[in-house]
Amino acid sequence: MKPIVRAITLGKQYTIGTREAAYDTLRESIAQAVRAPLERLRGRNGKRTVDTIWALKDASFDVTPGEVVGIIGRNGAGKSTLLKVLSRITEPTTGRAELYGRVASLLEVGTGFHPELTGRENIYLNGAILGMKKTEIDSKFDQIVDFSELERFLDTPVKRYSSGMYMRLAFAVAAHLEPEILVVDEVLAVGDAQFQKKCLGKMSDVATEGRTVLFVSHNMSAVKTLCKRTIWVDEGEIKQIGETRQVVLDFVRSASQSVVEQNWQDPENAPGNERIKIHAARLRSLCEDGGAEVSIETPFQLEFEFWNYSCDRKVNFTMHLFTAEGAYVFATSSKVGPRQHGLIKEVVKIPPNFLNDGIYTASIQVVEDAASVYMHPQILNFEVHDAERAGGYWFGKWPGIVRPRLEWESQGLIRPEGP
Amino acid sequence: MGISRTNNHTSPVTTAKPIQKSTRENHHGPSEGLPEEPLVVIEPNKAWSALDLRDIWGFRELLYFLIWRDIKVRYKQTELGVAWAIIQPLFTMVIFTLFFGRLAGVPSDNVPYPIFAFAGLMAWTFFANAITTSGNSLVGSAHLITKVYFPRMIIPGAAVAAGLVDFAIAFVILVLLMIYYGIGFTLNMLMFPVLLVLTTLLALGMGMWMSALNVKYRDVRFALPFVVQLWMYISPVIYPASFLPAKFRWLLSLNPMTGIIEGYRSSLFGHPFNWIDLAVSVVITFGLLIYSSYAFRRMEKNFADII
Repeated sequence: MKPIVRAITLGKQYTIGTREAAYDTLRESIAQAVRAPLERLRGRNGKRTVDTIWALKDASFDVTPGEVVGIIGRNGAGKSTLLKVLSRITEPTTGRAELYGRVASLLEVGTGFHPELTGRENIYLNGAILGMKKTEIDSKFDQIVDFSELERFLDTPVKRYSSGMYMRLAFAVAAHLEPEILVVDEVLAVGDAQFQKKCLGKMSDVATEGRTVLFVSHNMSAVKTLCKRTIWVDEGEIKQIGETRQVVLDFVRSASQSVVEQNWQDPENAPGNERIKIHAARLRSLCEDGGAEVSIETPFQLEFEFWNYSCDRKVNFTMHLFTAEGAYVFATSSKVGPRQHGLIKEVVKIPPNFLNDGIYTASIQVVEDAASVYMHPQILNFEVHDAERAGGYWFGKWPGIVRPRLEWESQGLIRPEGP
Repeated sequence: MGISRTNNHTSPVTTAKPIQKSTRENHHGPSEGLPEEPLVVIEPNKAWSALDLRDIWGFRELLYFLIWRDIKVRYKQTELGVAWAIIQPLFTMVIFTLFFGRLAGVPSDNVPYPIFAFAGLMAWTFFANAITTSGNSLVGSAHLITKVYFPRMIIPGAAVAAGLVDFAIAFVILVLLMIYYGIGFTLNMLMFPVLLVLTTLLALGMGMWMSALNVKYRDVRFALPFVVQLWMYISPVIYPASFLPAKFRWLLSLNPMTGIIEGYRSSLFGHPFNWIDLAVSVVITFGLLIYSSYAFRRMEKNFADII
């Protein structure tokens, strides 16, 4: 099918100096103009220091009408630059893009909201900024107000709104845009759970209505739900385009800075002391494939192997777990008792539905006769991924460090409501 | 479908073709035919590109909403509200009358000094406010520029246009003053709207240029109020152009505001027009407008990156 968006070797180069400096002043420009020839005389320019970066390089892809395409990548990978080029906010340095439809971009909700204006006034202002005609806003006004659930506050200046109300109004306007091509940046990360549900519902409506959507997100489960095809951007270049499941999987694998296995082959250099040394530490998933991919629903184990040189003392091992932010999750200890001389293995199993999604760091401690004799910090580093959530549209970050699945029961009616 | 062709071959330097009206109204499904030619082509802009008036026309409603916002917001949460638009020129006139008219004895071309000064102040205040607010308008709209596309010229344009409301209020006071001083209607007054258009265009030319420079060089923010103040003293606002010795009179004519301010007075008080001064103003105004719109186009592609 003929594409509705066609990007041909799009590239965007930034001069790092200009981007970082707050702003030029005339004096600096004049000073630079004076300095540059002098430096050339002194031969300093000979070095040719590179002070530009390509935020986006050679991006080529087609999007067919009605397609919802995800754009993923690490922070600073160039996703936002790509969106900014496609929504004409900034000009590409090279290449060309053709858009065969009306485009609206939503890089932020509430763009151009004025705090002094009322909710009603801001609906019109924001709508116009997003590219709606006045007649279009008039005809959708009631729907927008319904969606925002802010009827009572329509004539209150937006500066008196709570941040939640502000977001609701902003998203309500954005949700009623009807362009043929919609370019959306991480806007779902805001608002409370109920509102997010509503927004994502609206997003999937948009997707099913046959509108073309380019959707940037860090939220893999939202991307998986909404997008059939996904573009993975890495260091300014398109690393992979394809079916969402595969691209997301590859991205997640590459993106984690995990250390899921460490080995010391030679006891001479291995960490530890003269009585015990570490040989290996690894994470193993207890799923069929037994790899190192772990989601919140995957049981897994941490395995530690030691060279044990003393069999006369009571030994135990303690694993300390921290989040990437450094919060202490828990400590867990093995059985206390003498271990045999030789290579030994200690395994701790982590049940499914216990850790929340996030990055964790494990440290291992050796305790002999109730005294700590050796501690190896950050021996393993792993990420627990979020699983697909059944039923519901909420994709926000689940709060808390642990995420146990506990038993809930509905015990039914205790006292019927009535006269 | 009625989509006019965008013909990139004939105008390779024109980028970002405007959205055609016909497609905005037709919400065709994905399976229905897409336009033959792209509605928008995004590519690097060559150094100097044509002014895309059609694109600006497509966004005229946004222009209207931005003007409306500026007017609406201006006097929000002030006790006196729109009264400020009356107080400012009126009190300035009173002070000027006392100091320049009475104490310094500045002549006023045979009209009472208060209304002479007020006519000059009305034109000058509009012009000065317009170039100051539009000069700072792009920088003040950084949040829009980095988040959404529209022709950037709309922003300084809206800032200039919003100043017309204050001008209108000042005009009402002027009419009252003219009735009070018994100044009658003359055919010269037909020139008034022409002069207003000329003032607006001159302010737009200055404002666009300054606003674009301000994005890159924040010096403009400090220089502008200072320049505006000096400019007032070299314009015949508090004194008539005839106040200057004939030898230096031509120097004053080089200032485009001379022809305009004197023009307002001629049109209001029925004095003969100085057509040479006016011609100078027209030439400078259009020259500046053309230069600054091209300079703006050249600089605007970097706005989002450096603002």
